[in-house]
Amino acid sequence: MAAKTLTIDGKEVSAEEGATILDVATDAGIKLPTLCHLDGVYDVGACSLCLVEVAGMNKLLPACTTKISEGMDVKTDSERLRKYRRMTLELLFAERNHVCAVCVANGHCELQTLAYSQGMDHVRYDYSTPKWSVDATHRLFGMDHNRCILCARCVRVCWHIEGAGTKNVSGRGARATIITDLNQPWGDSETCTACGKCVMSCPTGALFHKGSTAAEMEHDRDKLEFIVNAREKKQWLP
Amino acid sequence: MVIDDLNAIAEKEQAARKKTVIRCCMAAGCMSSNSETVKKNLEQAVKDAGLADEVEVRGVGCMKLCCEGPLVSVDTQDALYEKVTPEDALELVKTLKGGKTKVKRGDFNHPFFKKQLSIVLTNSGEIDPERIEAYIAADGYQALHHVLRELTPKEVVEAMVKSGLRGRGGAGFPTGLKWGTVAKTQSAQKYVICNADEGDPGAFMDRSVLESDPHSVLEGMAVAAYAVGANQGFIYCRAEYPLAIKRLQNAIKQAKTLGLLGSGIFESPFNFNIDIRIGAGAFVCGEETALMASVEGKRGTPRPRPPFPAESGLWGCPTLINNVETFANVPPILRKGAEWFAGIGTEKSKGTKVFALAGKITNTGLIEVPMGTPLRQIVEEMGGGAPDGGKIKAVQTGGPSGGCIPAEALDTPVDYDSLTKLGSIMGSGGMIVMDETTRMVDVARYFMEFCVDESCGKCVPCRAGTAQMLHLLEKILNRQGTARDLAKLEELCDMVKNTSLCGLGQTAPNPTLSTLRYFRKEYEELLQPDPFGPGRNGEAKKSQLATK
Amino acid sequence: MKLRVATVWLGGCSGCHMSFLDLDEFLIELAGKIDLVYSPVVDVKEYPENVDVCLIEGAVCNEDNLEILHKIRERTKVLVSFGDCAVTGNVPAIRNQLGIGNTENVLQRAYIENAQDNSCVPKADGILPPLLKRVLPVHEAVFVEYYLPGCPPPAGRIKALMVQVLGGQTPKLEGANLKFG
Repeated sequence: MAAKTLTIDGKEVSAEEGATILDVATDAGIKLPTLCHLDGVYDVGACSLCLVEVAGMNKLLPACTTKISEGMDVKTDSERLRKYRRMTLELLFAERNHVCAVCVANGHCELQTLAYSQGMDHVRYDYSTPKWSVDATHRLFGMDHNRCILCARCVRVCWHIEGAGTKNVSGRGARATIITDLNQPWGDSETCTACGKCVMSCPTGALFHKGSTAAEMEHDRDKLEFIVNAREKKQWLP
Repeated sequence: MVIDDLNAIAEKEQAARKKTVIRCCMAAGCMSSNSETVKKNLEQAVKDAGLADEVEVRGVGCMKLCCEGPLVSVDTQDALYEKVTPEDALELVKTLKGGKTKVKRGDFNHPFFKKQLSIVLTNSGEIDPERIEAYIAADGYQALHHVLRELTPKEVVEAMVKSGLRGRGGAGFPTGLKWGTVAKTQSAQKYVICNADEGDPGAFMDRSVLESDPHSVLEGMAVAAYAVGANQGFIYCRAEYPLAIKRLQNAIKQAKTLGLLGSGIFESPFNFNIDIRIGAGAFVCGEETALMASVEGKRGTPRPRPPFPAESGLWGCPTLINNVETFANVPPILRKGAEWFAGIGTEKSKGTKVFALAGKITNTGLIEVPMGTPLRQIVEEMGGGAPDGGKIKAVQTGGPSGGCIPAEALDTPVDYDSLTKLGSIMGSGGMIVMDETTRMVDVARYFMEFCVDESCGKCVPCRAGTAQMLHLLEKILNRQGTARDLAKLEELCDMVKNTSLCGLGQTAPNPTLSTLRYFRKEYEELLQPDPFGPGRNGEAKKSQLATK
Repeated sequence: MKLRVATVWLGGCSGCHMSFLDLDEFLIELAGKIDLVYSPVVDVKEYPENVDVCLIEGAVCNEDNLEILHKIRERTKVLVSFGDCAVTGNVPAIRNQLGIGNTENVLQRAYIENAQDNSCVPKADGILPPLLKRVLPVHEAVFVEYYLPGCPPPAGRIKALMVQVLGGQTPKLEGANLKFG
């Protein structure tokens, strides 16, 4: 493949044809804010955080889906981009119920981290505080739609890494929801392999391992009994 | 099928023409006010009067003055009858023998008709859209024969470039350039798509074209397919247009039967088939990448461009997407020549444009005018101004992606660039007239609500941004908003415009922006004082400190 | 002249004030530089005039909160939203999700369903302030100059802000010092 030479934030870089601006920026040590991007799955350009300015283009372009071209002059940081990024984050916080203090992902949340790294000290928009449900029907995992930002990472890993095709998006606009199969309770899903990849991929606390939230811990004491019985009585059945 | 066969069909059709033709509008508008029964009764009355040999009752497509439907015309009398009821049929037929009628007569000499220039709508209201013979008799499929037998694909593209035709879907991208891009791609498989997902509130141009002259669209698509090297076409039509779909299905069947679609058309090596895909009514599926996802059977959401459909479209293959009206322009251009077409309109906007006139206007309906026609001529002369002597306040073009043009700017010529300069867009042709009773903030709120409902939810700015803008507009309308809210609204307009993934989001702020531009006072009148806001408080504090 | 500082406790758990007390020896330094003119930890009944800086803990939950906030705004040069409840509404604002009727539902839950005995919704006109229909972050009610998020903001973060304020600088917190939660 041919190599392409371009400029990112004034820095001359070269990369293989077919690489995205995000790939090249990352290689060059420039950290772009991303939310829907996830290494390993294809990009959709949905969150608008990685938008960059490209000289000669009147439109901002998502770095994650835009392929590099020869002589491209990319700017990943400007007053305007910073403003838009912060607004995007504020819109996300105002959209559903992101209460960091009581979230399972507190301290491990990409949305939370991005908010402070982009200097978001408060949300100027009125919170819409919608009431979304929590699906706790699966034996291992839970889904709290209140914390979902609709990045659809879970959908992509479910279809393209696990190949199960359990997760999907239903509905439009602000009413869009991540669903299981044909909008069934997760616990009833016959396609879910319980691989947990969706939980791994979730940037926020929307998808979580059960047992990790307050008052959820189960001690599994019968396992102790099982081991003792197995050792002493040579009984291997629970 | 060779040209002689085509001509024979045309001659036979012309020979069978009866002395008198009574035309009865059978497009969706008139049909919803019972024109089907009117037509049935007319046929019966003609038969009863013993006139069956000399009078033809013909169901035709849209006769344009929709507000006065059902419409019936009698060619020998040069008469247009309006609001015809099934009971009027007998009386109307009697007029052929000198009888009198009290049925309201329209005026073909009214500017509404006189100022029209029909290219796309030539056959609309003239021929029976359900008979391919009628289309052939009106020079139908001659253009297809001409390009297949006499032109190379490259020459077809050149003709389109020369014609200056620009996409009629709204954005106005040069059609020839688009065709050329697809033609240049190296791919064994290419597609042609007709975008018939007309979704703007108040717009019905494409529906009327499909209902009134479906073959013109099929022929345009076939020409395009030949030019770009495609062998498969899709028409993506919304499910809300059942009559259009029915007529398209019928037209495709007829064209296939005659060998005008299918394999070896006009005994050339060119094969082309068209299938219809029915959309479930999501506005965003009018956006080309979302439309293609929907055709593929996926969730109809857009994806970032580039790559453009011309390089990587349907199933990753080069794909040409044009709108209904664009395709309907193609056969006349190739029949009459690119120079003829380029001679109509303005320097940068060639040809005509069909508009659906609606809202607070006397004559609601379908008009086709040369590009560059002043807005005032359209709404005041042709449209007859606001009803009951009202005053026109603004004209909205381009639907939820467009803007409001104030009455002061009515002398603007209607072309792509002038409308863009005014902060609106040409759009697909919806033209909604508002009078003095319309509150512009309400208008902005209405279109914003539309965008909130129709946002696909994929990208954050459009999904959450439009919802927040709607909230701010409602806050202002409910007299709870402050100057700070207005500032937030404007900032969001800018952000959503510049960061949304597709055209829906990028243009969603337009109605708000254009009403802010021309009717800012109406917003400001609704604003509330902000006693605990930044400015006032600062002053109060200063004085407090001073007295200390 | 010493900086006239106030702190106020609206709808919150007082955790932010606890964190403030965690400033430990810095409190002594602070005491030398500011006059704490109003605070839950000083016995002043009426919010004074001419306050330079006020740290506001808690969300705006009831009419009393709103009333005092308006007074604070009028009498204070610089307001700081102190902690997540003030900045975002946080836990107190979770009741907003219940929509219209959330106040009744919340009172019902707290005083009837969860009551061990004497279940009744307390009501004393003029003494108990009615709940607002919607819990607001402070900046939705009045203009706020600076934000100090955290649940609670760690003492170090409070110190960082106070040092800037005392030094006459425009307070500017950055990076992890802006972390919610």
